[in-house]
Amino acid sequence: MSQHSGPGQQGPEKMPSGTRAASLSRRGFLSALGMGAGAAAGGSALAGRALAAGPDPNIVPVPEWSKMLGAGVNVNPYGKPSMFEKDVVRREVEWLTASRESSVSFTPLYALDGVITPNGLCFVRHHGGEAEIDPDKYRLMIHGLVDKPLVFTLEDIKRMPGRVNRAYFLECAANSGMEWRGAQLNGCQFTHGMIHNVFYTGIPLKTLLDMAGVQAKGKWVLAEGADAAVMTRSIPLEKAMKDCLVAFAMNGEALRPEQGYPVRLVVPGWEGNMWVKWLRRLKVGDEPWQQREETSKYTDLLADGRSRRFTFVMDAKSVVTSPSPQAPLKHKGPNVISGIAWSGRGTIKRVDVSLDGGRNWTTARIEGPAMPMAMTRFYLDFDWAGDELMVQSRAMDDTGYVQPTKNELRAVRGTNSIYHNNGIQTWLVRSNGETENVEVG
Amino acid sequence: MWKSAEALLAAGMATLIGVTALPAWAQSAAPHQKASASAPALGRPALPEEIAAWNIDVRPDGEGLPEGHGSVKQGEAVFLQNCATCHGEFGEGAGRWPVLAGGQGTLKSDRPEKTIGSFWPYASTAFDYVRRAMPFGNNQSLSADETYAIVAYLLNLNDLVPEDFVLSKENFPKVQLPNQPNFYEDDRETTEKAFWKSNPCMKDCSGPVHVTARAQILNVTPDEDAPKGNLE
Ligand code: HEC
Repeated sequence: MSQHSGPGQQGPEKMPSGTRAASLSRRGFLSALGMGAGAAAGGSALAGRALAAGPDPNIVPVPEWSKMLGAGVNVNPYGKPSMFEKDVVRREVEWLTASRESSVSFTPLYALDGVITPNGLCFVRHHGGEAEIDPDKYRLMIHGLVDKPLVFTLEDIKRMPGRVNRAYFLECAANSGMEWRGAQLNGCQFTHGMIHNVFYTGIPLKTLLDMAGVQAKGKWVLAEGADAAVMTRSIPLEKAMKDCLVAFAMNGEALRPEQGYPVRLVVPGWEGNMWVKWLRRLKVGDEPWQQREETSKYTDLLADGRSRRFTFVMDAKSVVTSPSPQAPLKHKGPNVISGIAWSGRGTIKRVDVSLDGGRNWTTARIEGPAMPMAMTRFYLDFDWAGDELMVQSRAMDDTGYVQPTKNELRAVRGTNSIYHNNGIQTWLVRSNGETENVEVG
Repeated sequence: MWKSAEALLAAGMATLIGVTALPAWAQSAAPHQKASASAPALGRPALPEEIAAWNIDVRPDGEGLPEGHGSVKQGEAVFLQNCATCHGEFGEGAGRWPVLAGGQGTLKSDRPEKTIGSFWPYASTAFDYVRRAMPFGNNQSLSADETYAIVAYLLNLNDLVPEDFVLSKENFPKVQLPNQPNFYEDDRETTEKAFWKSNPCMKDCSGPVHVTARAQILNVTPDEDAPKGNLE
């Protein structure tokens, strides 16, 4: 990190964005050898370089991998990331919870790019461990205020008409919950890593409810999991009929066990706890059930001692994922600020980035799809002179909601609410590139 | 949605289905098509015994409560045997396991302690949750009477019922928890209306900005002395 490349270097913005995160370690390596990425990029940069150093040992002699056959096609029948990416994994903060069966493991946002979270890196939150359910033994029951209580097999669900594919973010309501009283965890994996964004394949929940025939008195749906937490949440019927899905695939393959295999509920834009995994039962009723996860938990205690309940929607939020404490700046000159934004109320319309702690803002470039209730990627290409930065991002959605500062949020809610902390994050980038989670005022 | 599947059938798309699949498909095609006017022929009726096996939720009005009863005294015995190792003899929480009693008057403080007595709005939630998810690792192992007894004991630990109290299906809906009136529906769209600003400031938005706090944990793998979390 103490190595800085010269000002003439061609920066990483010349690379396709998809390879940026993966190239961090390679750039560090090249830089350590006094060989910037630009050395390979073209003649003009090379001219200045050639005077300073001899031939790059990664070019002369010709590398091993260009001379010897590599592994055959089926060495990994289910492919794995490169061995050089082995640190890109979910991580837990053990002191957060008393048991690993009711705990959380965070998405390594700092190392990811684009908008889709790879299945194996999607954060995991269990309340009773990971249930392993034989798909042949899987059953989904619908009952309560319906004309025909029904039982479905997984095959039944996969034979249903009207299958859809939809990308949605899933954010735990407690994401950033450790930060209410001040900067605490040093890394966006831990401050913001209870989010993922994948493509779901499934059947609209409405299709199943219509098959059972919801009675006029029905106003709420209780969704229940088959795991050892037998997780339950009450969902307003209106939402259930509008856009919820009963999903059996994520990013093109069967759900991962830790994401609810074989079937989970998808509740677009609403807090992750409602997306019941290992979905076994849907009950229609005329009132909410006041379950533990909507009373003791997932209610927002405000400063006056009163609590908001049924705060389902996840407000617009964003975070710069690079630079961040786990992804420090390694080079002066051209750099790419990369981050994600999302809103449970709609589509991300704009993201602004500040380098001076929120005094001045520049609108970032939204790159790739900006879909409703899905993660959106933004970039800001910039030249870094090596000065100290206070990097922030501010998301806006198509309802006109603007992501508030942490202090604006605290002014309304106090610091005890745990959930729904969507305040603007600040990363302090020191002149050596090291980056820290800070609060500003 | 269903209409389009029907249209596919009508258009003779069934002939595109693989040979082995064809007999089964052809067999079910006729009744399937007929039923489609109301609902697709998928799934089957749920039997009453099946519903009873999974239908374990309990509501504040008492809907879902099984027959049964249990006393504070019985509850103490069951609790000591099944719950106290994690939650402490008096619900005070052993180590980092959840606290179930006390905390009254702490909700406005810096460190609110949210328990059944201090925070929870409904006693039915305790019955429902203990029945579905506790004891942790051996859930759904308690009888209805044992669950009533445990809830009676938890209410007593929170000074909400006397020592000789017997909880039953009949008197359950009468149990009121003190913090219930302090819950209200999500009002962000009115109380936080200021966050919907059409044109947020872009230039010279504040005076000089200073760092006011730094992450307490500089190592991403927290150590033993790290502060106790409040993730829930
Ligand atoms: C092995 C440890 C363990 C044992 C034994 C245990 N629990 Fe728990 N209990 C937990 C954990 C862990 C949680 C939190 C689970 C979660 O959040 O997903 C919990 C949560 C609870 C809660 C909800 C607390 C809150 O504030 O939301 C109640 C009530 C409860 N337990 C009651 C009981 C009762 C009654 C028993 C005995 C029948 C029992 N527990 C036995 C570990 C235990």
